[in-house]
Amino acid sequence: MPFNPHTPGDVQQMLAAIGAKKVEDLFDEIPKELRIEALAGIPDALNEMQIGRLMMARAAQDGTPLNFIGAGAYEHHIPAAVWAVTTRGEFYSAYTPYQAEASQGTLQLIYEYQTMITSLTGMEVSNASMYDGGSAVAEAALMAVRAHRKSKSQRILVPTTVHPNYRKVAVATASGQGLRFEEVPCPRGQLILADLAKYQGEDITAIVIQQPNFFGQLEDVDAITDWAHANGIFVIGSVNPTSLAILKPPGQWGAKGVDIACGDCQPLGVPLSSGGPYAGFMTTRMEYVRQMPGRIVGRTVDANGKQGFALTLQAREQHIRRGKATSNICTNQGLLVTAATIYLCLLGPEGLARVANTSHQRTNELIAALTRVKGVKLAFEGPRFHEAVLLLDRPVAPVIAELANRGIVGGFDLSTDYPELGNALLVCATETRSREDIQKYADALTETLKAAVRAA
Amino acid sequence: MSEIPADLKYTKSHEWVRTLANGNVEVGITDHAQSALGDLVFVEVPDSGKALKIGDAFAVVESVKAASDVYAPVAGSVVEGNAALGSQPELINSEPYGAGWIMRLKPGGAPAGLLSAAEYQAHLAAEG
Amino acid sequence: MAMLKHPEKIIFEYSRPGRGAFGQWPTERGTANNVAADIPEPLRRKQPAMLPEVSELEVVRHYTRLSQLNFSIDTHFYPLGSCTMKYNPKACNQYAMLPGFLTRHPLAPESLGQGFLACMFELQEMLKEVTGMQGVALSPMAGAHGEFAGVAMIRAYHRARGDLARNEIIVPIAAHGTNPATATMCGCVVKEIPVNDEGDVDVEALKAAVGPNTAGIMLTNPSTCGVFERRIKEVAKIVHDAGGLLYYDGANLNAILGKVRPGDMGFDVIHMNLHKTFSTPHGGGGPGAGAVGVSSRLLPFMPIPVVGRDGDKYRWLSEKDLPQSIGRLSAFMGNAGVLIRAYIYMRMLGREGMHRVGEYATLNANYLMARLAQAGFDPAYPTRRASHEFIITAKKQARDLGVTAMDFAKRLLDYGFHAPTTYFPLLVPECLLIEPTETESKEALDGFIDAMIAIQKEAESNADLVKSAPHTMTVRRLDDVRAARQLDLTWKTSQGLRPTSENAGPSS
Repeated sequence: MPFNPHTPGDVQQMLAAIGAKKVEDLFDEIPKELRIEALAGIPDALNEMQIGRLMMARAAQDGTPLNFIGAGAYEHHIPAAVWAVTTRGEFYSAYTPYQAEASQGTLQLIYEYQTMITSLTGMEVSNASMYDGGSAVAEAALMAVRAHRKSKSQRILVPTTVHPNYRKVAVATASGQGLRFEEVPCPRGQLILADLAKYQGEDITAIVIQQPNFFGQLEDVDAITDWAHANGIFVIGSVNPTSLAILKPPGQWGAKGVDIACGDCQPLGVPLSSGGPYAGFMTTRMEYVRQMPGRIVGRTVDANGKQGFALTLQAREQHIRRGKATSNICTNQGLLVTAATIYLCLLGPEGLARVANTSHQRTNELIAALTRVKGVKLAFEGPRFHEAVLLLDRPVAPVIAELANRGIVGGFDLSTDYPELGNALLVCATETRSREDIQKYADALTETLKAAVRAA
Repeated sequence: MSEIPADLKYTKSHEWVRTLANGNVEVGITDHAQSALGDLVFVEVPDSGKALKIGDAFAVVESVKAASDVYAPVAGSVVEGNAALGSQPELINSEPYGAGWIMRLKPGGAPAGLLSAAEYQAHLAAEG
Repeated sequence: MAMLKHPEKIIFEYSRPGRGAFGQWPTERGTANNVAADIPEPLRRKQPAMLPEVSELEVVRHYTRLSQLNFSIDTHFYPLGSCTMKYNPKACNQYAMLPGFLTRHPLAPESLGQGFLACMFELQEMLKEVTGMQGVALSPMAGAHGEFAGVAMIRAYHRARGDLARNEIIVPIAAHGTNPATATMCGCVVKEIPVNDEGDVDVEALKAAVGPNTAGIMLTNPSTCGVFERRIKEVAKIVHDAGGLLYYDGANLNAILGKVRPGDMGFDVIHMNLHKTFSTPHGGGGPGAGAVGVSSRLLPFMPIPVVGRDGDKYRWLSEKDLPQSIGRLSAFMGNAGVLIRAYIYMRMLGREGMHRVGEYATLNANYLMARLAQAGFDPAYPTRRASHEFIITAKKQARDLGVTAMDFAKRLLDYGFHAPTTYFPLLVPECLLIEPTETESKEALDGFIDAMIAIQKEAESNADLVKSAPHTMTVRRLDDVRAARQLDLTWKTSQGLRPTSENAGPSS
């Protein structure tokens, strides 16, 4: 059996020490009628060579098409050093740093990560990460309810410009505790103060603002933040970390900055990998630190006065507080935090700004190239980061399918989540898309749309 | 052996109650409780004016290994929480019956159902 | 383990203005490094992001050195009870990171993801088979997340039947802290019941606790005490007869993999910890994956998305297919990369390997327990078989020598072993919850036994040595009271300033 070092001699010696005759005797406390002989439905074992062939065949089957989707998961260049260091066994196979003296590497890394993420978001304190950007929004809403001493309504305003899956995750995660998520329709592709007028004077606990929003458009974050605070509403900013190299960070929105900033670290050195694992981040003001879920690393000293790091504020967490915990979360996405931290150091402030600017530039070029194709229009004017919504003159799904046949992942079909937009396609280009890639897409789209007209 | 002043009253959940000269009551946690919790790192005290029924959780005491609620032994309204605990939670460890008081309360009625020092001592012995 | 003589600095202390890993930056000519002109001025960042300015070698060296400060499975025996620290096969990592899987966007067309979806579908099927359940959903992103899904499904089930009063979840007091925390997150009330001296749930207390408000019970089997819940069929009947459902916390699945199936024990829903039983990496705290399995009555409520098959085509099942689903718990489909690693591992174990896991995990634990008992240590449940883990209590040492379980744990680090779990179960005082896993050799176990014997001798002759351990780590015992009282959660320069490109570096 693979990974198992026992020789028959070992087994005999061990059974002798235990005083049992055979291994099966060790299960004698389990009622006989519950014990199974074998799992018929599991296939025979494959050795490493065989599983390698199978996985390579399946990966080759899926191939590596040219990707133009963002929608919350962004393809960026990941420096080779990121995963070479992250997959070192000492990071990869280490456990949660509960025994601090045996985990100073992981703990110091998380402390550095916390420092970088608070800097990036312009806030005061960070935790060691959440599962992903969607659950981070859910946890932020729960935290707002705990931290907001005056509001009792537990109503959370969520504009429809927030990622549709983030909204669904928030509802699935937090409505069980009585939170009510109210959608604010944004037909113009942006949240406008006029859309919020009807909430003036009501008891609302928090509002979620996504920047850039799901359509790639930039929201008027200062005006909305100030409006919210003037009405006693907590502000949760859900932000793209790459964009923060060039956009005003949530800690500086409006007069006071947001109360909680969150998002997903995926763009920072974490591959798309079919949807996960990613890592959510959460930062807040120092006064709310005890309401923040998840692990937190603090710097302290040891018995000799030497600098060291340890998990702190653990009394809020599940393993101590049990039924009264701030959350049941037991994990942080340690491996992904490691990757994101190394990525941020390799990019630095200049490199990250270049990634952001280049991605912005490429998306502008993509829009220009695609809107030159007959039957394609840009949906929303106004400033954007690195995504845009295009409107087609026909249903989007068959166009995407045809592009897929040509090795292009053309974008995300918005017609299920936003039927009111019509035939809408969300497209994205980052620094990984060259001008040749963009031309290839434009050509393929031209042929696709022409072919359908010919067929009609 | 934990200290249990004879002139105070107690609850099974390890709060103590002192009746002040002006009729208000002062509440804290016992020596046994602070010892079990270990070094306190944070205490959340109630705001004045808050109305409490018997058994309402009115404060949280947090150490590195545990965070516990503190329960109102008497119904009434909070006069003040001990502001000193904000910067010096360790007062509860060093002076649980003195400077480590947690809140003062204007009682709704006469305190009832509380344990005497001897009864609290017996309760601790039974808990084991 | 490489013991660094000098403490490793904070990365910001290496920072110098103008330094950078230039090979990693886009170099496009014509792209301004100042902010794009079409972003309005009020929305632009005014000060550059405050990140370290360091060369590539400095980054690699710094984080490589930090890694050398860690204990890990690759370097140390790591008998953390309830965590299943078994070897993480390198093949799982290598093949999960093939470009076809790694660069695939989660929202890409399914026609371009049939290879990936085939792996996910087969993983669902294998997990159904090993657990004896009727459906499996893969999207919960950690064990606690899977717990949440399980309890949410139980609530959804009762509500769908119009039984709105059922909001009580029964939890044994020995349970892992996530269990009551999860129940509360789902808007339920927690009812704790005791465990008897033999480590079994108190069945009489359970009978008294069930009633018309019982939504369900959360159990681990083998329990967190390291022993099999012998009366599980009776427990299942009591809860089912009262109208409640049974939730299985799969943290200890390693003990019974291939030997017993939770579905056969009567459980209605189970969460699995793929990062424990199925050997995906712990990664310094994550990512995990908490797949859930359900009986047929909970199939309609599974969290989405789930992989389905139409003929020979795989596709995602979502809101339309499962209208009563408890919803989406992940922005996309969960921790795909973790799931691929679990798939590879299960294919390498195969049918024969699955039950060897349970057998050798149990053999290793019973061997350790027998030898430690023979050496004079006190098992918490001496009359019981160990499952894949067991508890030694240091009550005697604490009372007679003033040496606690935590002290043993810290001194074990000096002997080159990661400590067992000490912080739970709460009901055994001074507990060491020890889980060797099946991938450890007899020699590794013998080394651990010898270390425990040596520490016991030290405790008897030189208690202070043990109480002030560890002595040979990069740090001595850390002041966690200070860590909580004087919160230092982000690095600042010695002047107390947040790092910027101007002030980072040794002169600050």
